[in-house]
This record gives sequence, C-alpha cells and structure tokens, in this order.
Amino acid sequence: MERLSIKDFSAYYGETRALGSVSMEIPDRQVLALIGPSGCGKTTFLRSLNRMNDFVKDFSVEGQVLLDGQDIYSPEMHPVILRRRVGMVFQKPNPFTKSIFENVAYGLRIQGIRAKGVLRDVVEKSLQAAALWDEVKDRLDDSAFALSGGQQQRLCIARALAVEPEVILLDEPASALDPISTARIEELIQELKTRYTIVIVTHNMQQAARVSDQTVFFLSGEMVEMGVTSKIFTTPSDPRTEDYITGRFG
Amino acid sequence: MQRHFDVELDELKEKVSAMGRTVEEQLEGAIGSLLNRDADKAREIIARDHQVNAMEVAIDEECIRLIALYQPEARDLRFIITAMKIITDLERMSDLASNVCERVIELKEELPYPIPPAIPQMGEIAREMLLSALTAFITRDTKLALDVCRRDEEVNVIHRELIRSIVTGLAHDPDRVSPAVRILFMSRSLERFADHVTNVAEIIVYLVEGKVIRHLV
Repeated sequence: MERLSIKDFSAYYGETRALGSVSMEIPDRQVLALIGPSGCGKTTFLRSLNRMNDFVKDFSVEGQVLLDGQDIYSPEMHPVILRRRVGMVFQKPNPFTKSIFENVAYGLRIQGIRAKGVLRDVVEKSLQAAALWDEVKDRLDDSAFALSGGQQQRLCIARALAVEPEVILLDEPASALDPISTARIEELIQELKTRYTIVIVTHNMQQAARVSDQTVFFLSGEMVEMGVTSKIFTTPSDPRTEDYITGRFG
Repeated sequence: MQRHFDVELDELKEKVSAMGRTVEEQLEGAIGSLLNRDADKAREIIARDHQVNAMEVAIDEECIRLIALYQPEARDLRFIITAMKIITDLERMSDLASNVCERVIELKEELPYPIPPAIPQMGEIAREMLLSALTAFITRDTKLALDVCRRDEEVNVIHRELIRSIVTGLAHDPDRVSPAVRILFMSRSLERFADHVTNVAEIIVYLVEGKVIRHLV
C-alpha cells in the first residue's frame, strides 16, 4: 500500500524550477533513498514532503503530494499537523537547549499534554525505539548537549518518534557522524521501517545501498530512475544513474 | 572523468586476458603433443598448470583488494565479479588441458592406437571458442559471447559420436580397451573444457547487459 503518492510534482524557487514533474509512489513501511549530485533537487523534494519549504521565500509548487490519499498542499491540511505526521531529522543533530527528557517530551508538551505519567512513558518508549534508552536512562535531566554527536542524532530521531509520525524524513542523518555512530543509525533505520515509512537523502552510495528498499536518482531537478535498490546498484537502467553511482561524475 | 579506479580495472582486464592466453596455449600444446605423440611436450604443458594456479590466486586477491578499497557499484561491480568468475573457469580449463597431457603420456606406454580425428577437431573448436570468449570479454561483445555459447553443442555432438564409435570398435577389438579408455577420458576433458568456455561467455553477457543467462541458453 502507498503511504505517499506524488503526482506530477514540480517545485520552484521564484522563477527557477528546482524539480520538474516528479511522479512516484512511496510504499508504506519501506525505506526510500534519494540520491543524486548536489543541486539535483533531492533535498527540495524531501523538504516538500512535509512542507518545510513553506518557510522559503518565493517557493511554490505544482502537482500533488498525497499522504494517505490527502493532498498535503490543500488548504485543509494544517502544516503543523502535517509535520507531526511526517517527521524530519536533519543532517546536523539539532537538539534543543533543554534536558534529554524535555527534548523528547517537547512535541507532546506543545500538543498540551501535561500528565507526567504519559510524558514519562512516551519519552521512554521513544528513546528505546531510537536505541538510546540504555545509554541515557540514568541521566534524563542532563543537557542534551552532554551527548555525543551520534547520541544527539538518535535523540533527534526519538524526538521525531515521540509524536507518533507515519513518515520519517532523514536528510543525510549520518553524514556528520563517525563510522560506529553511522552503523547504529543504519541499524536503527532497519528497525524503524517495520513501523514507519522512511525517506532518506544520502550522499553515501553504500549507505543508500545498505539501508533502502527502493532508490530514486535525481539529476538537474529531474527524476531519472526509480527502482528496487539491489537493481539500481547492480544493473541500473539509465546510463546517467550508472555514471553517477560509479563515481564517473557528481 | 578518468578515475584512478579505471586504470586499476584496465590492469585487471589485462591480467585476466593474459591468464586466458596462457590457457589457450596450454590447450594448443596439449593437442600438439597428442598429434606428435610428444610426452616431453605434454610434461611441459602440465608444468604450466602451476603458473595458471598462481595467476588465479593473484587475480583473486587483486579483485578482493579492489572491492575493499573502492566498494564498486553497477558496471564496475559487475566487471570485478565477472573477472573472479572467469578466472575460476580458466583455472579448471588449465586442469583439463593438463588431464589431456597426462593421457598423452600414458598412451606412449600403450599399444599403438590411432588418434581419432574427432579429438583434435574438438580441441580446435574449444580453442576457437576460448579465443572468441576472450575477445568478447575485452570488447564487451555480447553477440560474440552468445556465438560461443552456441558452439558448445558442436563439441557435445562430436563427443557423443566419438563415444559411440569407440564403444562399437571395442566390440571387435577388446585388447585395446586401455588406450580406448584414455582416448575417451581425453574426449571428456575437451568436452568439459568447452563447457567452462561457455560459462565464461555467459558471464560476459552479465557483464555487459546485467542479464543472467546461465542455464537458459
């Protein structure tokens, strides 16, 4: 079943078209990797899936992005509700200047949830799902900045999970991390995909090959090829995909 | 964009080709030693098997190094996998050429026995198949590779006919069982040699087109 359905979607920064006529189905509980050289439109596409580009001046879109059949750009869709359903984790860990506990509880608090028992349960559950609980359970009141980079990134994932999203967008989530922290994030992605639909932007070809079920290759704002990851990385159909993943350009 | 990796892959291609040429020379030498009943030449060919084994190990290690260092994808990955598969078959072909030579040495001790023309004929077809397969590997020519696959049946037919004629002949001349069996083993080795060339040709189709045609042709 498709969680997200993208139909003839284009995105513009002012007059400049950053993405042209993208159409694809993103199945539920799978990992989709977006690859392509810098400036190809993959991050614009990712950020379009939860309307993060709304904050960009002169940004506009055409076409549709359907989440469970509902157009996320329709007036009925409130961006805050949308971002609760489609969570995002960024390249650089960006914890709030709060305690570990409060970082994870933040989303619930702004929803007006005050009950301590509920908050405690959700924080524990989210930290466990983000594979961080065992490392922080005795110091939940410490500042989030006391954590290592890899732990901070998992904290950001826990923060995204706390509001029970359906889709998680990951924008190069391991590019600032060391190999061990990277491996932990990749393991975590494999666990999370049993419950969530995940879309990940990565410049690391091996990471895309390891963690995703399907891969899309973007070039100059165009979706060149989408397919099962094992096929894209062994026998891609389009020579431009092959040239990119084998490092012949980009 | 020229990558250093391309230089490494070209060197790998050259090493696989060199190993292939060595095996081709072994087969040619094996058939020559048979026709000339030259046991010394046969021993010389057998000795070259060590050289081919060493080439296989060295190329295998080279492939593992390239995979570890470059983490290749797509056509680069297919090229290295193809090289690893080709050298495994080449090593077996070298063994089979040596087997032919061992039978040549043994035949010297036997009663005189006419060499059936089918044996050099199979040897020549197998040699041509190998040369074409090596050319197809270098030039990425799938049409040539598929031609090689089709020629395997020519060798199979000759092998089956030879078995039938030798078995029939033995009914009239039971004293020659021993040399006849050695000829049959030789025929079997050449038939297997052509099978390994076919494996090489099939993997070349995978290299170029990404299609697995094993067990389909």
